[in-house]
Amino acid sequence: MATASGLVRGQAKQPIRIGSTLALTGPLSATAQIHKIVGEIYIEQVNKRGGWLGRPLEWVLKDDQSKPDLARTLYEQLVTADKVDLLIGPYATGAILSAMGVAQRYNKVLVHHTFGIPSLAKYEMAFPAWSTGSDPAATVPNTLFDALAKGPKPPKTVAVVTSKFPSIQFLSAGAREVLKKRGLTEVLFLEWEFGNRDFGPIANRVKDANPDFVWVGAIGLDGNLLLDAMKKIDYVPPQHFYLYPAPGPLVSLPEARNALSVTIFEEQPPFINAPGAAEFIKIYHERASAAKLADISVEVQAAASYTAWQILDAGVQAAKSLDDKAIGTWLRANRVDTLQGKLRFDGTGNYGDDLMKIKQVQNGKWVVIWPKEFTHGGAALQAN
Amino acid sequence: MSGFALPSATLLAQSILSGIFVGALYGLLGIGLSLSWGLLKQINLAHFAFAFLAAYLCYQLALLGVDPLLSLVLIVPALFVLGAVLHAAMARFSITPFNSLLLTFGLTGIVEAVIQSIWTADFRKLESAYGEQRFKIAGLFVPLPELITLLLAVGISLGVWAVLRYTDFGKALRASAEDAPIARAFGINQRRNALLLAGTCSALAAVAGVCLALSFTLAPSQIYAWIGVVFAAVMLGGLGRALAPLIAGVVIGVSEAVTMAVTAPSWAPLVSFTLLIAILLLRPGRVA
Repeated sequence: MATASGLVRGQAKQPIRIGSTLALTGPLSATAQIHKIVGEIYIEQVNKRGGWLGRPLEWVLKDDQSKPDLARTLYEQLVTADKVDLLIGPYATGAILSAMGVAQRYNKVLVHHTFGIPSLAKYEMAFPAWSTGSDPAATVPNTLFDALAKGPKPPKTVAVVTSKFPSIQFLSAGAREVLKKRGLTEVLFLEWEFGNRDFGPIANRVKDANPDFVWVGAIGLDGNLLLDAMKKIDYVPPQHFYLYPAPGPLVSLPEARNALSVTIFEEQPPFINAPGAAEFIKIYHERASAAKLADISVEVQAAASYTAWQILDAGVQAAKSLDDKAIGTWLRANRVDTLQGKLRFDGTGNYGDDLMKIKQVQNGKWVVIWPKEFTHGGAALQAN
Repeated sequence: MSGFALPSATLLAQSILSGIFVGALYGLLGIGLSLSWGLLKQINLAHFAFAFLAAYLCYQLALLGVDPLLSLVLIVPALFVLGAVLHAAMARFSITPFNSLLLTFGLTGIVEAVIQSIWTADFRKLESAYGEQRFKIAGLFVPLPELITLLLAVGISLGVWAVLRYTDFGKALRASAEDAPIARAFGINQRRNALLLAGTCSALAAVAGVCLALSFTLAPSQIYAWIGVVFAAVMLGGLGRALAPLIAGVVIGVSEAVTMAVTAPSWAPLVSFTLLIAILLLRPGRVA
């Protein structure tokens, strides 16, 4: 019986095995769940249409426990012990950096989802799915301050409060430089360690500084915790921005009214007009609901994740092979159609354009308010 | 801007108040740990996992319409039983204090996995009427959930202190911790007392968990975020004491808050551990 089933398996086409890790447990697991759901959806979609090069896909997924050092070991295992055909990136910046080192050692292509520090992407066969551009510390704050300058209350004074989490801190430092160059006054600058629990004193200091605008270098729940603390002292920031918040919890918080953030994709025109977007959104809603996620909408993380698979897909199809060098060479020389638009990989660190947009919490949901060509239904910046 | 800044009186007072509130939670989390460590000689890391389990149960019951404070009626006995069962298992296999640390660390991972499988790794926030309530007293804002935490912490600490000091049960527990063979010779039923105390410690974790749920957004991995600072509070206060974790917790909370108010908030985590190192250097006998 075992021999017969072995024969049947042998006759079937061998799957293409794609290896990766995700932070399925540990402090990053809330967001990594999104990447797991998206990866499963993409593999299913590809297998339904016959796979790649006529072979089905199999995802060899391991849990890096939110530990970059473990991610390094597991990627090493994926290449040497599991002997996967291709790699795809983990989540988040620290783990991606670890995986990049392993990919470089074995000359494997690594398409990664949400790498936060482009200047550290030195490997020529690593390709970003998150279109931040190669210098987001300058471009992202400029996009934001452009939006604010055209808004109802252009700020004159700014408080910069930020986590020291690496991919956050350098962008907040960039914001400080940008606001000075634009002639704005920094009235407060504070940093806290990642994992800070008590935001009461920070909220008090922001209130004391009385800025026109608060830049919050937030990651995960920082924004919620700070807004909770502000609420307890009856303070509402006139205008406020959160860099990389956990999107679901922030948008559902009443105090987050008019909170700003960055995005590459939202469930609104023109984003949903991208090829395949509508179908992906529908399936994602079903799967995220089944997985009991608090927020089931497709936004930055889910879109970046889907984009990563689209990039690898395009590379394999165009190279007509699983040869990493051929895939990498093609990707560097061509543009790829993705949920985020056409991406190019010929800039510094294989980064292309900064396609980040500014979104705002309006009536309990995120809406894109800048640049104007990406807004819908007349959405515009609002102030408290 | 990030260096030392002279804070306004309101900023300083509000920050101190915030430090007292968070310190009360440190104390509430620490009291069960301190009693278990000092009187049962078990370093129960699962105490934090139990607190989060209670917080999630409170969240779940709130979704079903149960008032978070009323949910204590269900959650406290459940956690009491869980703690007693864990102790019975550890006593059955004569687990040493060091091995109890390893075993309960593993148990913490298991509880985290159970929480994640039921409520996912996503963030969960308990919405309750308490969260919206706050008072303004002498220009300072007093949020109700934090006030409830403070009152519970003070009440429970005083209650446990009184039980340990004035009741036969408390004296028996202290005697057993001091000299178990002699206590046994005097007819103290150590097994029963230990089970009761272990259950009580877990019940205290349940109360702390409900307070956590009232004030904080929950995620399974945040179990570990509290361990360092609560350990510092417990060790700073001394083991097996009822009031000391609360006092030490408030000292740490206020020190952190004032640090954040007058200088860079990123210095705050250094405060609790600097205090701990200072105490260990100056009073090395503090941790038995």
